[in-house]
Amino acid sequence: MNDALKATGSIRRRLTVQLLSGAAILTIILVFIVRSFSQQLAEQSQDNILNASLTAILDASSIQQGEVTVDIPYSAFSMLSNLSNDRVFYRIDQDGAFLTGYADLPTPKLRAAADTPTFMTGTYQDVEIRMVTATRLLALEGRPIELQASIAQSRNGQAQTLAEISNMVMLFGSGFFVMSAIIALLAAQSTVGPLQRLAASVSRRAPHDLRPVTATVPEEMVPLVQSLNQFIQRLDTSLTRSEDFIAEAAHRVRTPLATVRAQAEITLRRVDKDENRAALKEMIRAIDDSSRAAGQLLDHAMVTFRTDHLERSRIDLAALVRECVDRLQAVAALKDMALTYAEIDTAQISGDAILIQNAVRNLLDNAIKYSPMESHISIELTVEAPWLTLSIYDQGLGFPKTGAERLTERFERGDNVGGIVGSGLGLTIVDEVIHAHGGNLTISNNPNGVGACVSISFPLP
Amino acid sequence: MRFLLVEDNIQLAKAICDHLLLDGHVVDHADRLSTTTDYLATTVYDMILLDIMLPDGDGREFLNRYRASAGKTPVIVLTARSEVSDRVGVLDLGADDYITKPFDFSELEARCRAVLRRHSGGATNRKSFGEVEFDALAGTLTHHGITTSLRNKELRLLEIFFNVPGQICSKPKLVDRLFSYDEDVSENAIEVYVARLRKHLEGSNVQIITVRGLGYRLSLV
Repeated sequence: MNDALKATGSIRRRLTVQLLSGAAILTIILVFIVRSFSQQLAEQSQDNILNASLTAILDASSIQQGEVTVDIPYSAFSMLSNLSNDRVFYRIDQDGAFLTGYADLPTPKLRAAADTPTFMTGTYQDVEIRMVTATRLLALEGRPIELQASIAQSRNGQAQTLAEISNMVMLFGSGFFVMSAIIALLAAQSTVGPLQRLAASVSRRAPHDLRPVTATVPEEMVPLVQSLNQFIQRLDTSLTRSEDFIAEAAHRVRTPLATVRAQAEITLRRVDKDENRAALKEMIRAIDDSSRAAGQLLDHAMVTFRTDHLERSRIDLAALVRECVDRLQAVAALKDMALTYAEIDTAQISGDAILIQNAVRNLLDNAIKYSPMESHISIELTVEAPWLTLSIYDQGLGFPKTGAERLTERFERGDNVGGIVGSGLGLTIVDEVIHAHGGNLTISNNPNGVGACVSISFPLP
Repeated sequence: MRFLLVEDNIQLAKAICDHLLLDGHVVDHADRLSTTTDYLATTVYDMILLDIMLPDGDGREFLNRYRASAGKTPVIVLTARSEVSDRVGVLDLGADDYITKPFDFSELEARCRAVLRRHSGGATNRKSFGEVEFDALAGTLTHHGITTSLRNKELRLLEIFFNVPGQICSKPKLVDRLFSYDEDVSENAIEVYVARLRKHLEGSNVQIITVRGLGYRLSLV
């Protein structure tokens, strides 16, 4: 059954992987967003300062004595240097001609009277710079003069700040990821937990325990447990049905046979003609033959059924054998046989009492059946750790010299049985029962005389 | 002995009744549990032979109720069920013994005898012929104050003779009654047991006479 069962990955693993990849993606997105947001924020603040600084410079420009005077206020640079120790470059043009500052600072050519400042990013003197450019119109002797000022700042400080923020974000992200991983593992465990508990409670059951599963399970597992319970119910019904069927079949077969046998027997007492009597006796023998065969076949079916689902309990083998012996005394007495039983005080084994009883009865039946009248059958129970052994010695035919080992096979009978009625299933049943209990069946001929010796050994608990 | 046979199969019941009647017993037959209750209310029986599957109920439940209501009569269950398939043994329910169908009448007799012997605690089933007193239950033969215990086959043979004293019992019929059908026994085997009984009867006025060509007869001398 297990061979057909293929596991397609583990729920816990899959859940963990899914939760972890979710956490990883979230972490990456988070880091990315925080970084780009902080970069944006840093640029924004640099732009604002650059703009403020540029506005201060342009505001400070004026016409004095017919000349454009740009008096760069201290505050214009101090606010920039406050930000970091970045380098600051500036350039002022008048009507498109360089006026002051860094002459090679590449500045854009703005339209006149563009009030809005223009920001750009570039490289100057091998450093990355951010530059703002704006214009201002001044009037000189009724003529407009366009003043264009640019101020630029390297971005080292911003990069450094960004790197610091990135580190922070990475650290925070890693922490976030580790936390998520722990939560994912716990979540996977708590999800799989009820499944594992259910599996454990089902697999712990005794083979015959077909009660419905009542373990409390999460809502999502209720349909599974319900299906399981329905399945158990169906199995129980089907098992009960096969047991009932076997019992019913036995009843159906045995009752008419019993009727015919009883009628034949009563007729035998009434008729005197030898040939009629012989025919009736043949009939009775045939009935015995078929009823024994039917009975043993059904017993065998039941034994196979029960050994498949062996239900063990503690049994006192000594008492069980005593009961069997007591019951068979009446049958043995019909042949004036003596059954003697040498038992020991306690003989505890673990097994199915009905099966063992059936096995013992089969062995005793055989011993009585194959032994001559007024003979003696001795039954012994001995303990020799780790085995508990029941031995039955009779004074009968014994086992055939050859092929005795085949007698435990179905429908095999010894070649020395003569006309004795038998089904060839007795020893098969015994063998199956004993093997199901981890024991051994040994058949041999009595070493010190005539008759057979059959031993069954059970492991001591 | 008075038997109550509870069996719904009429042919089987008739055969069992005939058998018991031939052996000199009295039998009432009930084919269902309700009739059984009626019989038990009016008559005292020595033995109840009880089938399990009956049209108006389970014989085992009846047995359980009967024992619970302090019914004391010994019960032998006639079961057609496989012994391994019965989860609750009939013995646990208060039956004194059980026998699986189809059964040998001699086994049924043996079981009845064993149960009655166990049950009645000294009660007897004595028959007398001449100076000899025979107790089929205890399996003893007494004359002149000497009691002999009989072995099973001797007992059964003597029981046959005592049931029909003075009548001739043919050898083949005695063989059939005494030996199981799957044993190949010659008619001469009976002579061994007749010889043993003759020995037990020595000194009394009862003898087993050989009627040449016909059989044996129990008679007074």
